Amino acid sequence: MKIVVTVVGEDRVGIIAMVSGILAENQININNINQNIVDGFFNMVMIADMAAARISLKDLQKILRERGEAIGLDIKVQHEDIFRIMHRI
Amino acid sequence: MLTIQDILETNRMIAEDKLDVRTITLGISLRDCAHPDLDVFCRNIYDKITHTAEHLVRVGEDIEAEYGIPIINKRISVTPIAIAAESCRTDTLVPVAEALDKAAQAVGVNFLGGFSALVEKGYTHGDRRLIQSIPEALAVTERVCSSVNLGSTKHGINMDCVREMGEIIKKTAALTADRDALGCAKLVVFCNSVEDNPFMAGAFHGVGEGETAVNVGVSGPGVVKRALEGYKGADFGTIAEIIKKTSFKITRVGQLVAQEASKRLGVPFGIVDLSLAPTPAVGDSVAYILEEMGLESCGAPGTTAALALLNDAVKKGGLMASSFVGGLSGAFIPVSEDAGMIAAVERGSLSLEKLEAMTCVCSVGLDMIAVPGDTSAATISAIIADEAAIGMINNKTTAVRIIPVPGKKEGDYVEFGGLLGHSPILAVNRFQSHDFIARGGRIPAPVRSLTN
Repeated sequence: MKIVVTVVGEDRVGIIAMVSGILAENQININNINQNIVDGFFNMVMIADMAAARISLKDLQKILRERGEAIGLDIKVQHEDIFRIMHRI
Repeated sequence: MLTIQDILETNRMIAEDKLDVRTITLGISLRDCAHPDLDVFCRNIYDKITHTAEHLVRVGEDIEAEYGIPIINKRISVTPIAIAAESCRTDTLVPVAEALDKAAQAVGVNFLGGFSALVEKGYTHGDRRLIQSIPEALAVTERVCSSVNLGSTKHGINMDCVREMGEIIKKTAALTADRDALGCAKLVVFCNSVEDNPFMAGAFHGVGEGETAVNVGVSGPGVVKRALEGYKGADFGTIAEIIKKTSFKITRVGQLVAQEASKRLGVPFGIVDLSLAPTPAVGDSVAYILEEMGLESCGAPGTTAALALLNDAVKKGGLMASSFVGGLSGAFIPVSEDAGMIAAVERGSLSLEKLEAMTCVCSVGLDMIAVPGDTSAATISAIIADEAAIGMINNKTTAVRIIPVPGKKEGDYVEFGGLLGHSPILAVNRFQSHDFIARGGRIPAPVRSLTN
C-alpha cells in the first residue's frame, strides 16, 4: 500500500529529517518527495510505500500527528487511492 | 505519477471547501421478519438490524481515517414498515418504531429510514395503520425517519392520502410542539420516490432491492462554488464544463468509499447518489453556487435557470465517475440546512412560490420549509398536491418536508439544531384550498405514463 504524507506549517530546521526518520524506523520506503517554502510556510508532499512496514497506517498517523503538533506542524497521512481515483482515470 | 498539485487540490477540497461523503447508508430487507405477533416481529427486526449493521459505524470510521475524507453520517434504511409489518395483529405500529429506534441506537447510527408506506394508487390495511401511527412514532423516537409515497407518473396522485398527510403533519407538529415540531423534520411526502436513496429523511430499502445494499451519498457544494470563483464573467458553456469536471472528482471519491465499504462489510455495492447536499456550515451552500453565477441573492429572477444548469451538469459529470449511479442525484435545496438559502429568505429574495418553481429543476422538492403554526391541514395538503403534480408531470421525484411550527408566525425563527439547521418562518399564501382538498379520490395518471 502506498501512502501520501503531507506536511504544512512554519519552516524550521529538521522537518524532513524528523518525518523521514520516523518512516525509516518503521521500514517505510520513500518513493518521492516534493517540498517548497511559500511565504515562510513549509509545504511537503511525500509518497511512500508501506509494503514492508512494521506499523499500521492508523498508528503511523497517530505518531506523525503528535510529533507534528509538538512543533506546530500539520501532518496528514492518507491512503494514496483517494488522490489516484480523483485525478487519474 | 501523482503531482503535488493534485494532492494539494484534493486536500484543499476537504479542508477548506468542506468536501465530504455525506452518508454511507446500509439498506436492509426486513421482509423475512414478518410475524403475526407484534412482539416477535419487533424482536426479529431488532436482531436482524443489529446483526447486519454491527460493523457499519466502525467500517465508516476506518475508511474516514485511512483516506482522510470525512464521512459525516452512517445510516440504515429498511423495507417500508407498512409492508414488513403488514401481517402483524395490532392497531398501532408505534412499538415497531420504538424497536427500530433501539436498533439504531445499539449500532450507533444517527438516523434509520423506512417507517414508510407506498400508497400512490391506494391503501392496504397495513398502509393505513402505518400512516396513522406516524405522529406518535416520530414523537416517541429520536432516530426513526418516516416517508409516504402518494403519487407517481405511472399511477397518478392519491388525493385521499394527500388530504390525510396534511392532517398527519399537523398532528406530528402538535405532538412535538415542545421541540418546535421536530417530528416533521423526520417526515417526507414523496411523488415518484426512489428505492435506493441514501439520504434522510426519505431513505427506505425498496421492495425491488436485494437482501442488503451499500448506498453512498456524496456532497460538496463548497467545492463547486470554489471552482466557479475563478471564472467570473465566463459564459454558461464554460460554467457547465467546470461543474461537470468538479462533480466527476467528487463522485470518484464516493465511488471509492462505496467500493471499500461494500468490500469490508461484505454487502453488495448498490449505488452512488451524486447529490450536492448542503449543510448549515458557512461555505457548504447550494445557494452560494447560484449566487456565484451572477445572482444578487438566491431567489432573484434567473435562479431557476441557474439551478437547472447546475443540476444537469452535476449529473453529467458524476455519471461517468461511478459504475452505478442512483438515488436522487442532483442539487438539494433544503432551506434550513443551507446558510445561503436562510440568508435569502431573511433578505426577502426567496419565497415559497419561488422554491416551488425551483423544485421543477432540482433533484427533489420543498425541503425543510418552516411555515406558520396556524397553517391549516388543507393548505399543507394543497402544497403537497402542487409538488406531487410537478413530480408526476415531469417524471421526476418531488417531495415535501414542511414544518408548521406551533406558536410561530411569519418572520419568527426556529432552531432545529445540528445538520437540520435553523430557519426563518416562511410566508404561506393566505387563500384557502379547503374545498379542493376535500374532494379526495385519485388524480389519473398523465398521458405520459402511457409509454408502452
